Amino acid sequence: MNSRASGPRGDDVDSPVSGAADDARTGIGDGVGIALGYFTISIAFGLSCVRGGLTPLVATIISFTNLSSSGQFAGVTVALQVGSLAEIALTVLLINARYVLMSFSLSQRLAPGIGTRARLVMGYGVTDEIYALAMNRRVVTAPYYLGLMSLPVLGWTAGTTVGTLLGEVLPASLQSASGVLLYAMFVAIVVPPARGSARVAAVVLVAAVVSVVLAVLPLHLAAGWRLIVATCVAAGLGASLLPVPGAAEEEARP
Amino acid sequence: MTAAYLVGVVAVMFAVTYLPRTLPLVLFRREIRSRWLRSFLHYVPYAVLTALTLPATIGATRDWRSAAVGLAVAVLLAWRRRPLLVVALVAAASVWVAEAVLVVA
Repeated sequence: MNSRASGPRGDDVDSPVSGAADDARTGIGDGVGIALGYFTISIAFGLSCVRGGLTPLVATIISFTNLSSSGQFAGVTVALQVGSLAEIALTVLLINARYVLMSFSLSQRLAPGIGTRARLVMGYGVTDEIYALAMNRRVVTAPYYLGLMSLPVLGWTAGTTVGTLLGEVLPASLQSASGVLLYAMFVAIVVPPARGSARVAAVVLVAAVVSVVLAVLPLHLAAGWRLIVATCVAAGLGASLLPVPGAAEEEARP
Repeated sequence: MTAAYLVGVVAVMFAVTYLPRTLPLVLFRREIRSRWLRSFLHYVPYAVLTALTLPATIGATRDWRSAAVGLAVAVLLAWRRRPLLVVALVAAASVWVAEAVLVVA
């Protein structure tokens, strides 16, 4: 759900086992494309954080500790409405639940002998793009993976800082206009896959309708809870009526 | 927003992002088999982002009409698969233009 800057690549899959330094170098090189994509996206995130009233430091800390586009965008959106911590936790957790799947399948590819301490660091780097690149390797070593995640972490964090600094010098006349930045980013993430998949489009439509209806009805539900209800209804209906066909085959892949 | 609230937000967001990524890597070696759960998890991000966008976007600027213009521009550009930063900045620019037009009108 992050950038489309870098897709999975097929190189190096069959290369012989090389030393740790070689692995790290290869990983760093593979991460350059992701890092550049992250940098540009997080500029927009930083801009909208400052617009919402967060300081550059807080926005940068959030980017560095989260390293996730959709999850942290959603969390900040709820936080700017001063939602309860429970609302924020549930919202972000829902979005990030897919990382459980990725982390599970990545664990099957790890080279033997990677200890718990290394896994605790590697887990931090599980994003859609880093995961996709790592899964191109037959065996994922710790040096490769840590090299792969290093530049994207830097790009994502630095881009946020740059965005907040840009936001601070933004003239007042542009403040209102920057209010749509975050929402336009959501649109940019959701629309292309919805265009490519009728299933995703149906789920998006249900989520939109339920969310608007809940907001219009006099229910006095906080925004975060409306979000959680709309999400569970839409994704639950989708999973029940339009199960993803790849879900079974994916497991059979080596 | 108080400092305590912000610290809570940062801590909570870190926890609910870091733990789902890391715990399976550390604790488990099996994959999730339930097709329903896999499908649900697949759909959740799209549903969340849609529910975040609607209807909140309409109140995100000074005037609902400029917000509607921005939203329409964003959908159009995203439909054409423009890069994320382009979609965001052009949508914001269109809001700015729309508000300038509304002031004149």
